[in-house]
Amino acid sequence: MPRAWVFGDNIDTDQIIAGRYLVKTDPRELAKHAMETIDPKFATRVRAGDVIIAGRNFGCGSSREHAPVALKAAGISAIVAESFARIFYRNAINQGLPAVVCRRARKGFKSGDEVEIDLEKGMVHNLTTGKSFKCEPLPEFILRILRAGGMLPYLKQSAEKGGEILMGFGARPTSVEWRR
Amino acid sequence: MGMTIAEKILARASGRGQVSPGEIVEAEIDAAMINDITGPMVVDGLRELGVDKVWDPDKIVIAFDHQVPADSIDAARNHILLRKFAAKQEISNFYDVFEGICHQVLPEKGIALPGRLIVGADSHTCTYGAFGCFAAGIGSTDMVAVFAKGKLWFRVPESVKVQIEGTLPKHVASKDLILQIIGDVGADGANYRSVEFVGAGLRSISVAGRMTLCNMAVEMGAKTAIVPPDRLTRNYLAGRTKQSYKPVRSDRDAVYVEELTYNAAKLEPKVACPHSVDNVRAVREVEGIEIDQAFLGSCTNGRLEDLAQAARILRGKRISGRVRMIVAPASKEVYLDALERGILKVFAEAGALVEAPCCAACMGGHIGILGPGEACISSSNRNFKGRMGSPEAKIYLASPATVAASALKGAITDPRDL
Repeated sequence: MPRAWVFGDNIDTDQIIAGRYLVKTDPRELAKHAMETIDPKFATRVRAGDVIIAGRNFGCGSSREHAPVALKAAGISAIVAESFARIFYRNAINQGLPAVVCRRARKGFKSGDEVEIDLEKGMVHNLTTGKSFKCEPLPEFILRILRAGGMLPYLKQSAEKGGEILMGFGARPTSVEWRR
Repeated sequence: MGMTIAEKILARASGRGQVSPGEIVEAEIDAAMINDITGPMVVDGLRELGVDKVWDPDKIVIAFDHQVPADSIDAARNHILLRKFAAKQEISNFYDVFEGICHQVLPEKGIALPGRLIVGADSHTCTYGAFGCFAAGIGSTDMVAVFAKGKLWFRVPESVKVQIEGTLPKHVASKDLILQIIGDVGADGANYRSVEFVGAGLRSISVAGRMTLCNMAVEMGAKTAIVPPDRLTRNYLAGRTKQSYKPVRSDRDAVYVEELTYNAAKLEPKVACPHSVDNVRAVREVEGIEIDQAFLGSCTNGRLEDLAQAARILRGKRISGRVRMIVAPASKEVYLDALERGILKVFAEAGALVEAPCCAACMGGHIGILGPGEACISSSNRNFKGRMGSPEAKIYLASPATVAASALKGAITDPRDL
């Protein structure tokens, strides 16, 4: 069963993957150094499917997409935070790594608690304590990207269907509630 | 309903008369930039997607700045990949080693023009807002979509107005102003928002100083930062571009979710203490903390006026024996100007290392790496744990004047005391 890794506020992308590793492009190489600055044992102890539960402004700082790449390759299946920095948020979704805004989850979890996430319903469950937390629902077009496994697979699928690469959201504007 | 500059640029670029905060629009991109760190993932992504030709080779900019010259085989391999890509795609704005930091090069080459919508695969892309454009940092995968189609989706941001009055006192710089603002609003105080700097105080803040303000807006989470174009903007751009541009201004009845006012005349030298950019104190409060390294440079403060300010403090003097000082001009243009004026000689004679134009110590993966227990005073933009090397090192962010004064004394020093 996936376990929670609980972190605080303002976890920046330098802490997620340090600048000296950015020359690497192989996700497995990056995964070895994920979260190294905060917890040098993270990369060896994290298990496939585990979830990060964090405070405010997760992923602030650099635009390095290496950050969500490293976390995903390390085995992280989703990030639940009180809020996200905007570039990291888009990068995570584009990598097919769900980033879910949930105001109360952090205080309701300890590292090691068993966790289950229902993206479609927008719920995070702590199976250890039996408590559940409501998240901000993900807009439909973001769910579509996540279902495809990320932006590139999504664009490939839409290219196969439409004969050309479509952004998929169309020019028609939609209002999306997603506040910090 | 009135619109802000940010809203007007997104409306124009998405072919709509009116947009409002919260809406998602698909907008056409006027210029798109990648560097040697974020670029390789874009090239790989395009290959994965089967895109043979980019949407417009004249609207793409490639600049090498993070690891120049290459310091490892991996870095050299990334450079080779991007050089081949630039040649094959016939990218007209390809800037190899020595041109400088991307955020300095785009303005110098007249690419950051008023009214444009610019994206860059680097978080400090918001720097170009100093020229009245909407410029936002994005990741590599978003950039794949831009290189393929020339379009990207945006959530129209709410706008915040920062009114600046008065004139900065001697030895107080725009860096001190932006540190004060970030300290006040916090590291996520402008998350997802557009920050518009306005007011009479801007008239006495140079283009270089405005770039410093906009550059660091991302450290409070901003999507973009904008200074309305004026005479200083036009003077800077004159001779740098042959393309026409149309300055955009906010309407009188434009809506701001928050308005802040600062009197520049009342500011004092500031420093962001470890390990977060919003941990801001007066230099007075932390004077005397010993430092091992001083770094002058980066896209935040590596311009000619920054170097000149530091050189005025260091002229004819020697830096402290306990300090390694690294100076990296932001671009070849800055390097040559500083060389011509004897500024680089001042640094060399003072005992500083003068490097080629690059991100240098700021990115923590090239030169000027800190060891455990060391402290660095830096004119750059981030003091995150481990940013410049060891997680046990400490980084203090300050103005060029404070960096130079501290290098001289071997400890954090208020430049007004010299």
